[in-house]
Amino acid sequence: MKTSNGVNKQKIFSLKIGGYAGQGVKAAGLMFAKVATRSGFNIYDYIEYPSLIRGGHNVIQICVSSETVTAPSQKTDLLIAFNQDTVNKHASELLPGAGLMFDEADKLDISKVNKKVEIYRVPFAELTRESGGKKLMGNTVAIGATIALLGGDLEILKNLITDEFKNKGAGVVAADHKAAESGYNYVKENFSKNVKKNLALQKNAPAKMIVTGNEAVALGAIAAGLEFAAIYPMSPITNILHTLAAYQEKFGYIYKQPEDEISAINMAIGASFAGARSMTATSGGGFCLMTEGFGLAGMTETPVVIINGMRGGPATGLPTWSEQGDLRFALHAHQGDFPRIVLAAGDAKEAFDLTMQAFNLADKYQTPVALLIDKNICENDQSFPFFDISSYRIDRGKFITKKQDAYQRYAPTKDGISVRTVPGSGNHFIANSDEHDLIGYSTEEISDRNVQMEKRMLKLKTCAGQDMPAPIIFGPAKADLTIVSWGSNKGSILEAIKNYKNVNFLHLTWLSPFPTEVVKKILSRAKKVIDIEANYSAQLRGLIKEQTGLEIKDTLLKYDGRPFSPEEIREKIDILTKVRNRTKIRNRT
Amino acid sequence: MPTLADLSTPCSPNWCPGCGDFAIWAALKNAMVRQGWDNTNSVLVAGIGCHGHIINFIKLTSFEGLHGRAIPVATGIKLANHRLNVFVSTGDGDCLAEGGNHFVHACRRNHDLTILIHDNAIYGLTTGQTSPTSPHGFHSKSTPAGNIDEPISPVTLAIASGATFVARGYASDIPKLTELIIQANDHQGLSVVDILQPCVTFNKDYTHEFFQKNTYYLGNNYDRTNREAAFKKSLEWDAQKIALGIFYESNKPSYESQLPQLAEKPLIENPLARIEMNDLFKHFS
Repeated sequence: MKTSNGVNKQKIFSLKIGGYAGQGVKAAGLMFAKVATRSGFNIYDYIEYPSLIRGGHNVIQICVSSETVTAPSQKTDLLIAFNQDTVNKHASELLPGAGLMFDEADKLDISKVNKKVEIYRVPFAELTRESGGKKLMGNTVAIGATIALLGGDLEILKNLITDEFKNKGAGVVAADHKAAESGYNYVKENFSKNVKKNLALQKNAPAKMIVTGNEAVALGAIAAGLEFAAIYPMSPITNILHTLAAYQEKFGYIYKQPEDEISAINMAIGASFAGARSMTATSGGGFCLMTEGFGLAGMTETPVVIINGMRGGPATGLPTWSEQGDLRFALHAHQGDFPRIVLAAGDAKEAFDLTMQAFNLADKYQTPVALLIDKNICENDQSFPFFDISSYRIDRGKFITKKQDAYQRYAPTKDGISVRTVPGSGNHFIANSDEHDLIGYSTEEISDRNVQMEKRMLKLKTCAGQDMPAPIIFGPAKADLTIVSWGSNKGSILEAIKNYKNVNFLHLTWLSPFPTEVVKKILSRAKKVIDIEANYSAQLRGLIKEQTGLEIKDTLLKYDGRPFSPEEIREKIDILTKVRNRTKIRNRT
Repeated sequence: MPTLADLSTPCSPNWCPGCGDFAIWAALKNAMVRQGWDNTNSVLVAGIGCHGHIINFIKLTSFEGLHGRAIPVATGIKLANHRLNVFVSTGDGDCLAEGGNHFVHACRRNHDLTILIHDNAIYGLTTGQTSPTSPHGFHSKSTPAGNIDEPISPVTLAIASGATFVARGYASDIPKLTELIIQANDHQGLSVVDILQPCVTFNKDYTHEFFQKNTYYLGNNYDRTNREAAFKKSLEWDAQKIALGIFYESNKPSYESQLPQLAEKPLIENPLARIEMNDLFKHFS
């Protein structure tokens, strides 16, 4: 794609698969994604679905490139349509030369599709029947056909099928192999002239894993030595609990499904009080219920990690769509003041790293750590080289399990952190939700209150000094435009600014404590600044003003649940850098 | 083994003179001395209400949680370290109003907890409002014209919800209550002791005299293994027909005993060491 400011040399191939919920669209997409990474490519996939289990319209987009790919794309190079909705909603994304694949037996109306789009009629259902497979194997036929069309390796697909289905029995594997072959052969026989090279094997590419942010959080927790998790199911974080539940016996931790989110956070607090590394996870609505427990952890100085996977709010909102509307909520939830550490990940790898770090921070500062991720991170897949945890050290902070003479749980210290212990150690103490003295006995004395409040809040200052890193700046040090953002926008912004030499990007992952001095320095020196976020009220912009006194005038905001695309960010960059773009300019602010 | 003196703290009880909490406090301390429950093997979790102040008056490591939330905190503690005796002190408002959901689910999961309900059928700390166990027609600051709500029986609810040890005690019979607390803790699984106690300041219906006149202990002929009969018995609340003692007991496996992760040792005794992740990462490739 060309823009006036530069040329994007990266080639990204975008496959989109659409169908009814229950047709296995996501599974088919993930199968294709794994063939791509096993062939040496990088992928990013993006899934859209409504909040129901059967019917409705499901679509997955897989972007494939030999370089890192971090965002969805507005264009589609090949569209696989399992239903009419897919044609109606997505055919406009097909540029001349792109392809549309479907089964003629589905009698889809393609009269409105651009005539320069290549049409591939592949009889998914008939080939599935001939393979002796069940109806869902139509997906495997389609993926076999796609691999053939893109010049991919059928053996890689067959090996993947063996890996994924071997515990379902040899019969299932054989039928699936046959389905994949039949789709593959059909394209080779009928569309040999159209075969491309997008999936031609990349040599010497490193081994990659494909994870969603949810899986990355679960893996990060396991790597950090998780001992207890209580999580009530809620979109979009449910796959955190699925992943944790699956591996609990192998790694020895406990995942417990509680009766509600109130119980979830209180169980996690109880387990942590008893000495276990503990976490919970939820979305905004569940975090509402956790609000009282959030402050309880702060008051009793009990470590706990809370993951908030944000979706569109308020109330039930947009259950299966993304938003970054909980920033202010996480910063202010609960009555009164207590030290809260609030972090936000920009992609699955950051979610993994920050989850591991959150456990150390919670233990070290004996306070709740909230990690915000948005639905786009929770549920979209991205490929990464295997995560490296060699530099991670489990740090439990000031923590004793043996009896200590004259022990005082809440003794004031220079850094605000007292020595923590556990019940059963022989040390007497009280974790008290009432204001308390050095032992934990309830008190309403002025001096006790002041000492304890100041001790607790001092921990945040200590944390800012000892653990908070400077935020990351992507792009050139000097730029005509500085983008400020957080969360999953990172991927689309990075994709967008590849085209520009004069645009940089300040990505914030620490929200409390806040890197005030560095942000102030960067933004006060910037020529022009734009704040990009997925919420109505520009919550990060407000936070920056509150912390630095600097007001950012330009914003690119959305709250429709959809991710930012690199294309719409480029349009905005072009407007602000006053360069006329040949394509139509739309101001979306 | 602790002595009574070992259990004393610098704090003096702030309950009203004559409050049933004094007797529950005494019974719990007696049980601790008799059984050797101390800071090496036991923990107390309390909710919010007059009962919750107990954490200041017993030198036992405690967690005073939020109103209604003592049970989930206790559940987390038990899962993290199942060797601890985990006691929950909760009130009728704390346990059955704000915390009703947690109570029902803890019962059905059969966690090995000992739940002591300080049941005075009134909100005392907020100066006298109707609670979930206040009788129909009860006059209080929140029901000046008489309570329209029907009361809930904690014993009935516990049996229906799946608790495997359900008893009712009377606060001022300290020797018998001590015995009940010990039996409840000995039981493997979820134990509930609904402890009838007067609120001398705000509840003029359920007085010491009322309980002394209208309660009796279940005799040796009572079959505490019959769940249906126990359920029926728990519904009786008439003049001189309020039963005390163990209503129901069964030997179902506790939640903790069914977790393979806890088969060898408590969760917190596993060393936190570097975990080899690459095999797990391969599942995602």
